[in-house]
Amino acid sequence: MFNRVQKILIPVISVILGLIIGAIVMIISGFNPLEGYSALLKGAVGDSFYLGETIRQITPYIFAGLAVAFAFRTGLFNIGVEGQLLVGWIASVWVGLAFDLPKVIHLPMSILAGAAAGALWAFVPGILKARFRVHEVIVTIMMNYIALHLVNHLVRYVISDQQNTTERVPETASLKSPFLETLTEFSTMHFGIFLALAGAIIFWLILEKTTAGFELRSVGFNQHASEYAGMNVNRNIVFSMVISGAFAGLGGAMEGLGTFGYAFIHSAFSGVGFDGIAVALLGGNVAIGVVLAAALFGILKQGALIMPIESGVPTELVEIVIAIIIFFVASSYIIAYVLQRFKKGAK
Amino acid sequence: MEYVIEMLNIRKEFPGIVANDNITLQLKKGEIHALLGENGAGKSTLMNVLFGLYQPEQGEIKVKGKKVNITNPNIANDLGIGMVHQHFMLVDPFTVTENIVLGMEPKKGVTIDMKKAVKDVKEISDRYGLKVDPNAKIAEISVGMQQRVEILKTLYRGAEILIFDEPTAVLTPQEIKELTQIFKTLISEGKSIILITHKLKEIIEVCDRVTVIRKGVGIDTLDVEGTTPNELASLMVGREVLFRTEKKTAVPKEAVLEITKLNVKDARGVNAVKDLSITLRAGEIVGIAGVDGNGQSELIEAITGLRKISSGSIKLSGKELSSLKPRKITEAGIGHIPQDRHKHGLVLDFPIGENMVLQTYYQTPFSKMSMLNNKEINKKAKKLIAEFDVRTPSEYTEARALSGGNQQKAIIGREVDRDPDLLIAAQPTRGLDVGAIEFIHQRLIDQRDKGKAVLLLSFELDEIMNVSDRIAVIYEGNIIAIVDPKETTEQELGLLMAGSKRKEAGEDTHV
Repeated sequence: MFNRVQKILIPVISVILGLIIGAIVMIISGFNPLEGYSALLKGAVGDSFYLGETIRQITPYIFAGLAVAFAFRTGLFNIGVEGQLLVGWIASVWVGLAFDLPKVIHLPMSILAGAAAGALWAFVPGILKARFRVHEVIVTIMMNYIALHLVNHLVRYVISDQQNTTERVPETASLKSPFLETLTEFSTMHFGIFLALAGAIIFWLILEKTTAGFELRSVGFNQHASEYAGMNVNRNIVFSMVISGAFAGLGGAMEGLGTFGYAFIHSAFSGVGFDGIAVALLGGNVAIGVVLAAALFGILKQGALIMPIESGVPTELVEIVIAIIIFFVASSYIIAYVLQRFKKGAK
Repeated sequence: MEYVIEMLNIRKEFPGIVANDNITLQLKKGEIHALLGENGAGKSTLMNVLFGLYQPEQGEIKVKGKKVNITNPNIANDLGIGMVHQHFMLVDPFTVTENIVLGMEPKKGVTIDMKKAVKDVKEISDRYGLKVDPNAKIAEISVGMQQRVEILKTLYRGAEILIFDEPTAVLTPQEIKELTQIFKTLISEGKSIILITHKLKEIIEVCDRVTVIRKGVGIDTLDVEGTTPNELASLMVGREVLFRTEKKTAVPKEAVLEITKLNVKDARGVNAVKDLSITLRAGEIVGIAGVDGNGQSELIEAITGLRKISSGSIKLSGKELSSLKPRKITEAGIGHIPQDRHKHGLVLDFPIGENMVLQTYYQTPFSKMSMLNNKEINKKAKKLIAEFDVRTPSEYTEARALSGGNQQKAIIGREVDRDPDLLIAAQPTRGLDVGAIEFIHQRLIDQRDKGKAVLLLSFELDEIMNVSDRIAVIYEGNIIAIVDPKETTEQELGLLMAGSKRKEAGEDTHV
């Protein structure tokens, strides 16, 4: 379809176009785009505090992006990352609160509980797809709502005593790092980013280096040939959803054990899971791409908080920029077409 | 004589190939005119030119004596040309009436006047004896009925000339009889028909005249009366010297594949393979000859485990295969060069290297502790690329980037290299050039000489005749005859494939 160069060029051009059109919108609305963007950049990476906050913001985006990308590589569309993230969040906090163990056991156990919960949540649409060909998009969307309300119920009536938040997880189950916090002038940065990067490496290893990944990729590209070659297509569908859900659940655990340290009642979806779809799309569904796209999203979202204060440009502008970037990536054929024209013209 | 359609000296080229070279076809009013030719002879191209889907490079088309320029199907429609496609173009969840009026709905204000539509459809269907239930959903009616809906669609649009593309390929014998009757009614109502086919029997039965094309060239147009199936067959196949592959006499040994009383349903749930029995021995190539759609695909899918069987048994060297998963069947010793190399044979987005281990990636040395060993995989790929002369920049090149012939060589390399006891080759040379065909035939014969069994499925009679040691003719899901290629002729095979009894065929060939 597209060659290697195009695969890299298309997201890069999309980002540039998104920023340019964002600038035009700013000019039309009577703002100075240079001031706007420099405020945004300052708010994202301007000093060590902002940088810490941005990195903290990037962490769940990486996991959510990996989750969507993993399913996508097997030809599945996991819209349920949001729900899987929420159940991962509550499961990790719950295990964090329920046990009293040394940190070497307690923290990994809490993190894995988040992964397991996410995996379980994704197993349901996986098995329904494999067994009954129920479309995973429908099921995962519905599972999001179930997750939201289930988690709220657990927070209020099971884990806490009719409170809006749970207690904080003890230090033995916390990802918080006084060292990283001091380094970044007491931002909320925590160890999660290292886990997210490790997750990206694991993502790459599973897909590119293992026989299981070979099957997943093969099924993603061509189910008929995979069946012909003796692969179990249905088992791969379930497996892919489970791994995808585990990544999403880990993203939730990062929020539960790191960013916040507790779980709370969500009046609406966090949006991280849905942003994961955009991150995966922009990142071309590969590990390094997801990390870079997550970084861009983190920078834009974090910088957007400071932008109105510094330059008066409203936060919503970032939403416009992101939407335009996604528009161009999604309609990548337009860019590919222009690139081709450009090449022909050069000849 | 009045011609309703005249296609004069039509030439249509595609990059690297002349699909139609100076073909003339003249259709008289009120006749059924057959367009006869082998697969790939250029029949469909010619009809697509008439229907406005392709523009010819040379030649002209006249409708009722007037020169016309058909640049798109709408113009063809306006000229009264209607086409009944081989693969129906119907909207399944819609009713018969909705499908027929689709795009030309009678309107009442801004809404569709369904009452009038149903009435119109009833009227046409009564007039032409095409019995259908106007309110039935397409998904709920038989294939024969669906075909009637297609015919009604063209009639509703006022077609005077109807083109049928292989209309009997999907029909049951009973439905074929009914279709023949429909043809007669259409003619008596003043319509003219072009029938695209390669079934000789049909031509003799229903057609008035026949135009034969071979390899894109118009060979002859003759009256059906006074011609014989043999004459038509030889015109269709051609008399030029056939390329014969050198091979020693086969030395068949023990039975490798034993199929008994096999029944398999196709995707629509119709019995495609019926009580089929056949035995393949080690050291022989058995060719399956038959017209497309007579159960060949289902037979192969059943052997390879891709399709469930209804009853019967498939044994490989005595071991029952019919309940096994595809992987177990592959491991039992079956290699399969699939009919559709893009759908089943390759993962086009994978590099050639990974495609070369598509069935063996989990075995040593390609996998160690569940991790892929890319070094070994690429070593294997390199070896096969050299051995089977796959022209590719490297083993890292995506399979998509290779030409069809090289893709096919890669698949054959992969399958032959596993050295299976039974190698199934389904249309292994489709769309390939002469050099590649020769190479592939030689490889199949090499496997045979090594004492393996080879099952060859092909729609090319040349190929079947050249490569096989025995030819099994499949018709309507059953093997109706097994013949020796040295003792048969293409005419006889053609007749058998069209469902003639062995005896009749024998008599005909002794003329």
